[in-house]
Amino acid sequence: MKLAYWMYAGPAHIGTLRVSSSFKNVHAIMHAPIGDDYFNVMRSMLERDRNFTPVTISSVDRNVLARGSQEKVVDNITRKDAEEHPDLIVLTPTCTSSILQEDLENFVERASIETKSDVMLADVNHYRVNELQAADITLRQIVQLYIEKARKKGDLPEGKTEKPSVNILGISSLGFHNHHDCTELKRLMVDLGIQVNEVIPEGASVHNLKNLPKAWFNLVPYREIGPMAARYLEQEFGMPYVDITPMGVVETARCIRKIQEIINAQGADVDYTDYINEQTLHVSQAAWFSRSIDCQNLTGKKAVVFGDSTHAAAITKILSREMGIHVVWAGTYCKYDAEWFKEQVGEYCDEVIVTEDHGQIGDAIARVEPSAIFGTQMERHVGKRLNIPCGVIAAPIHVQNFPIGYKPFCGYEGTNQITDLIYNSFTLGMEDHLLEIFGGHDTKEVITKGISAGSDLGWNKEAQAELNKVPGFVRGKVKRNTEKFARDRGFNVITLEVMYAAKEAVGA
Amino acid sequence: MTLANTEPQALTYECETGNYHTFCPISCVAWLYQKIEDSFFLVIGTKTCGYFLQNAMGVMIFAEPRYAMAELEEGDISAQLNDYEELKRLCLQIKRDRNPSVIVWIGTCTTEIIKMDLEGLAPKLEAEIGIPIVTARANGLDYAFTQGEDTVLAAMAARCPDQAPVVETEKKERNAIASLLNFGKKKEDVTADEAEYVKHPPLVLFGSLPDPVVTNLTLELKKQGIKVSGWLPSKRYTELPVLEEGYYVSGVNPFLSRTATTLMRRRKCKLIGAPFPIGPDGTRAWIEKICSVFGIEPQGLDEREAQIWANLEDYLQLIRGKSVFFMGDNLLEISLARFLIRCGMTCPEIGIPYMDKRYQAAELALLEKTCHEMGVPTPKIIEKPDNYNQIQRIKQQNIDLVITGMAHANPLEARGINTKWSVEFTFAQIHGFTNARDILELVTRPLRRNNNLKDLGWDKLVREEAKI
Repeated sequence: MKLAYWMYAGPAHIGTLRVSSSFKNVHAIMHAPIGDDYFNVMRSMLERDRNFTPVTISSVDRNVLARGSQEKVVDNITRKDAEEHPDLIVLTPTCTSSILQEDLENFVERASIETKSDVMLADVNHYRVNELQAADITLRQIVQLYIEKARKKGDLPEGKTEKPSVNILGISSLGFHNHHDCTELKRLMVDLGIQVNEVIPEGASVHNLKNLPKAWFNLVPYREIGPMAARYLEQEFGMPYVDITPMGVVETARCIRKIQEIINAQGADVDYTDYINEQTLHVSQAAWFSRSIDCQNLTGKKAVVFGDSTHAAAITKILSREMGIHVVWAGTYCKYDAEWFKEQVGEYCDEVIVTEDHGQIGDAIARVEPSAIFGTQMERHVGKRLNIPCGVIAAPIHVQNFPIGYKPFCGYEGTNQITDLIYNSFTLGMEDHLLEIFGGHDTKEVITKGISAGSDLGWNKEAQAELNKVPGFVRGKVKRNTEKFARDRGFNVITLEVMYAAKEAVGA
Repeated sequence: MTLANTEPQALTYECETGNYHTFCPISCVAWLYQKIEDSFFLVIGTKTCGYFLQNAMGVMIFAEPRYAMAELEEGDISAQLNDYEELKRLCLQIKRDRNPSVIVWIGTCTTEIIKMDLEGLAPKLEAEIGIPIVTARANGLDYAFTQGEDTVLAAMAARCPDQAPVVETEKKERNAIASLLNFGKKKEDVTADEAEYVKHPPLVLFGSLPDPVVTNLTLELKKQGIKVSGWLPSKRYTELPVLEEGYYVSGVNPFLSRTATTLMRRRKCKLIGAPFPIGPDGTRAWIEKICSVFGIEPQGLDEREAQIWANLEDYLQLIRGKSVFFMGDNLLEISLARFLIRCGMTCPEIGIPYMDKRYQAAELALLEKTCHEMGVPTPKIIEKPDNYNQIQRIKQQNIDLVITGMAHANPLEARGINTKWSVEFTFAQIHGFTNARDILELVTRPLRRNNNLKDLGWDKLVREEAKI
């Protein structure tokens, strides 16, 4: 047992539902107690979906506990088949069904005798994998199902498309800015003269999955969802894949060069060098921004980064490599992917943190006092308490992270969006200086914002008045540093003298 | 609907498949931890439970809530780890960090299936760590949404002291409400206050309500000379009301049937079965019933109710003659439907997760009577509804307003159907005369919004008439 207040990645079934409901006309039936269909609320509220979420529960109640599900699951599958005529029904196990150990595979077989739709059991174990891993597994499973089906029927298309083409794997429902990224990636492919063969799972029809092998290669923009399907297609058809996330100027260029290499190896003759140059120097504003005076003011400022592997790694590299910002630590909650993450960001930050414990992250933020945080909604709230600005770069996210406006993170427009996000998160350069010179524009009273420890020290009147003159956005930091200094040296009351001594000693 | 049938009909009950959307009952921790200020709620379950709480409770999760998950891992499920030792470790940590007056264990589906004996473990651990541990099995196998509160309060009922403290010379008010009402008064005033009450056996009310509503309802009864001796739950666990044999109890919410049963059977209290004080009609009926049990002639209720209705007229004009459909998910449905029918709406169907006809008897009778008096057909009450079937019926019947969970609200709006999220009724203040306006504020909001937009021609926002 572990005491938990908050989690970064959801339970396995959420991953399965994200993938299945991203497909068109695929219905998921959860083997779960009443109340476990919270996914529908998230789809309907966070994504503001206009359609009914194609997920229903085959409810586990007392009768099921006593006698097993018996006909119930099969009836629910055949009923949904008749009502909605989906192409595929995905029976989704939950934590409850994991321990009931009913033979769900058997239900699937029995039901599929009567249904027009295909029926599949999602092969995920609640206690072994999380949301992201489950999504990856489910996507591979569905791809495999339809490739094998086509093979059996002998209608697997032969050969490749005439012109270079790509499948984009891993765009999914409730993914962080996934829809915008998808549009941006398609545009990028158009620019590169590459046809988009299929995008899965978002908006795809399972009938088209048999066409996947016709593409020249696969593009997997995210670490979390898609790699397994890509590896499966590589195994079966020798399809190469590109798994460099095109996020940030340097990585986008790297991704494009890799694409060039792959399609040239298959007989295309392309050179994207000029395109990359043109985009980098003149279309995307990010490279120019790095050179501008604004960005100069960010030099050496401290930041911390936390999120899923894809986004945390990409943002760390952008901050450090492209903007000269000092990333004190970078972290991810994708523990299962820790090795990759460490390898990616090792040289771009002082320390790597891999944890699922938000408390540890909160303390690590309080400890280093960065000028800005790039994290999930949880880090945003830590930032609020510590009075440190935060840019949200990864799930878990709230409704405000499903913007209606066009805000990709990938590709060249993505670099512009990320630049804005980063720049706006730091206190603006000149404003920063002016505040320091003129002593700030607010004189609000200090509220103790420590997370790790409350304040046990008294400030005398003069010192308090002096503290109030410190600009708001660094006041918490000055206060904590001074108190730490005082505590270390055994002062009980903080006077002006102590304050100055602290400033001289630790630069508080 | 056949118009010809003007004979007063009786209510009809049906039961469907139970394939409906609702919140898991563990959601009750969100409002109960705020209500009971010195409590800590520990939900013993899996990531699924945690994920639900974290997402459903939104911003509250960031306010260092006094609740947490005891997240079960594979070793717990396969009994490689010792439940008692694990719970002890976590509860000691909670004691150290938060020092609560009570730890409430919320049992979940998983603890049910692996048959973790929480009720057995609790007394042992309680003795060992010195903090009361209350066990409530609020799981999705057995209960829906607000019934979670019912399981917690039923467990709390067993913890209420069974003897009034010995009257000291300086008579100290035990209960929070009384002291709240007497706040700032001198002792002699308090004594004078006693004279304002009619002599009647002690009355304890049950149901968790926000403090302003507690004060409001308490004052409402005080006007009739009725003294509320205590509330279950009170603001603090240490202030749970005394329950002696023969005390009278009355529920303020329709989903508290287990609590009512526990109070009657275990604590030998007498239940006043009344309609619930939701809407001015309900509030009046509730007060009248309590008065009648104590042999009191209610004073001034006619004028009070009439005044409230008069103040609602602007809202009533918006909904009169319109139809409302309850898909059902929080058990407030019968009371709300009864109020809205009195407001002049029609209601073909009331979906409800669970219908306790005994506990809700007075409310059901008032619903039937209201229908007859307003000359509208009685609704069909659908227990354990089937959301898919309901959506077909909503479309056939051309419903003006659907009260539904968040899973269906946006898809229905996109199809040009007005909706109101049912969850808001659980969190808004809807009890008593004063809050009747708040209910209508909620009910009319979609109608007012859509009135504002009606000339834009943006009613149906799905491309094809999608299959639902």
